[in-house]
Amino acid sequence: MDGSILASPSAELAEPRRKPRQFSPWLDAWRRFRRHRLALISAIILLTMIAAVLLAPFVWRVAINDIDFAEHLKGPTWNHPFGTDDLGQDILARMLYGGRISLAVGLSAMAVAMLVGTTIGAIAGMSRRWVGPALMWLTDLFLSLPALPLLLLVIYLFRDSLKAAFGPEGGVFVMIVVVIGGLRWMPVARLVRAQFLSLREKEFVEAARALGASRLRQVVRHILPNALGPVIVAATIDVAAAIIAESTLSFLGLGFPPDIPTWGRILFDAKDYLDIAPYWALFPGGAIFLTVLSINFIGDGLRDALDPRKVM
Amino acid sequence: MGRYLAKRLLIAIPSLLGISVVLFTVLALAPGDPFGELATNPAVPPEVRAALRVKFGLDDPVAVRYIRWIVAMLQGDWGFSFASRINVDTLILQRLPATLFVIGSAQVLALLIALPVGTYAAMRPYSFFDQIASTLSFVGFSLPTFFTGLLFILIFSVQLDWLPFVYRDIDATGWRWYWEHLRQAIMPICVLGLFQAASMTRYVRSAVLDVIRLDYVTTARAKGLGERIVIVKHVVRNALIPVVTLVALQMPAIFGGAIVTEQIFRIPGIGSLLISAILANDTPVIMAVTFVFACLVVLFNLIADVLYGWLDPRITLG
Repeated sequence: MDGSILASPSAELAEPRRKPRQFSPWLDAWRRFRRHRLALISAIILLTMIAAVLLAPFVWRVAINDIDFAEHLKGPTWNHPFGTDDLGQDILARMLYGGRISLAVGLSAMAVAMLVGTTIGAIAGMSRRWVGPALMWLTDLFLSLPALPLLLLVIYLFRDSLKAAFGPEGGVFVMIVVVIGGLRWMPVARLVRAQFLSLREKEFVEAARALGASRLRQVVRHILPNALGPVIVAATIDVAAAIIAESTLSFLGLGFPPDIPTWGRILFDAKDYLDIAPYWALFPGGAIFLTVLSINFIGDGLRDALDPRKVM
Repeated sequence: MGRYLAKRLLIAIPSLLGISVVLFTVLALAPGDPFGELATNPAVPPEVRAALRVKFGLDDPVAVRYIRWIVAMLQGDWGFSFASRINVDTLILQRLPATLFVIGSAQVLALLIALPVGTYAAMRPYSFFDQIASTLSFVGFSLPTFFTGLLFILIFSVQLDWLPFVYRDIDATGWRWYWEHLRQAIMPICVLGLFQAASMTRYVRSAVLDVIRLDYVTTARAKGLGERIVIVKHVVRNALIPVVTLVALQMPAIFGGAIVTEQIFRIPGIGSLLISAILANDTPVIMAVTFVFACLVVLFNLIADVLYGWLDPRITLG
């Protein structure tokens, strides 16, 4: 293992260098993760979906807004594998486009939540005076905010000005990401704080302190990497939650504008045609479900993989 | 118990105040005018608008406006709905029972599923039943409520034609009236309840697993109590303590689900009121409904605290 200090200069000589067995915490985690069969399958499914969403526009060259009334509300055929909607637009093409947005929203909102949550949790976990309790009070306050009504309220109030600033698509994207991220950081903050409270008293941190490491260095180099496991698990789950939140908003007709077909938006359009075109709702709904389920299983697998106390 | 309750109530007040500050800050930061509708209406001359602004104190500093707003809210003066032309509080009171009925029944349904399934799964960890239950619960909380709602409509209304797919006015009387109401409430309650049950089952299972190997359970068995009594009175009661906390923490998510369900099934509750108010730019209603949702979350947290005190007698002493 590089970085380790030999007991004496002769130690290396005494034991001739054999082919070193690769061993790192990450490799170990991967070994544990592989044993969770469902998580592994989910990871493959999710990667396939991401690849499909990113690469398919190069293969499946049908415009998302190609209106063809002769073909409207047709079930799945070879020309339109997922069928067409009431304007004769190809649902597969729309879903591939929407998938990119849904996944991008999920990942970005997760990043916002992690950033805010880790920062607040870290500050609360390191402070020894009133800052910690005050931040935790704020966290608890945010935890008891009704997220969806507040989300709707914020979107209602700020929609127009953001649209003016970032354009119709970008404005809604920025707003949804910031608001979903801004309402989901609390569990992470609690998690990080709890980890910090126990880690900051550990000997290795004390050693770093004794060696003169600044507080920032203690946090970034020593405490944070050790607190990362549960944070990664929470981050995974948060991606799923953000995708659901975005789809919910679009499903309520209050997310992205109608010409941007996210999965939730396609469902919203499909819900009035359930009796004659059920496939229209089933494909995007199934896609959301499959994505969220895979992410949740991956989170479960990561929980097994990243918790070193767990005996396999 | 009384003192414990009073203490909890006192703790709830600052968080309600905090929530109201957050709400008001959002409103105050928002660009545009809450009276935007009047401003664009050409029938309202500018001097009337200015007089209205003065009357409602819109040009005062934020802190003054906040205090006036919170005082008005506390006095029950919640403003006037632009869209429905009635007072906001009457409107909300009309709509609230439907929401509470659906949410309450869904909670009961979730408990009825999650408690037995979770406990049974934890009594036989990693058995066939446990694996089926945990896979199903994963599926359950990965299915967003808006999709389950549509699936239910597709299966039970469109295909099987058993249940009505949206709420509507019922002109039947007597028992038939109750029956029709129940019939149209079945699907929304199931959608919410099953979603809730899925995550609750996981909580119950892990909480029971934590408790079931403790010494006091062995003691209870050793003194000859039946398995049933050991599980129900000794294991489940203690396992419920963390479950109550987690369920209370989930409350905001449940209200989110309720909004979606109300919208799908056209339930005349405050969730669908919120959506229609947003679509109609009806600011007073939006603010009030959001605040009511926040109050409900705090209320349910309070109920959770009371349950906590009942489940764990040590807390009352502290």
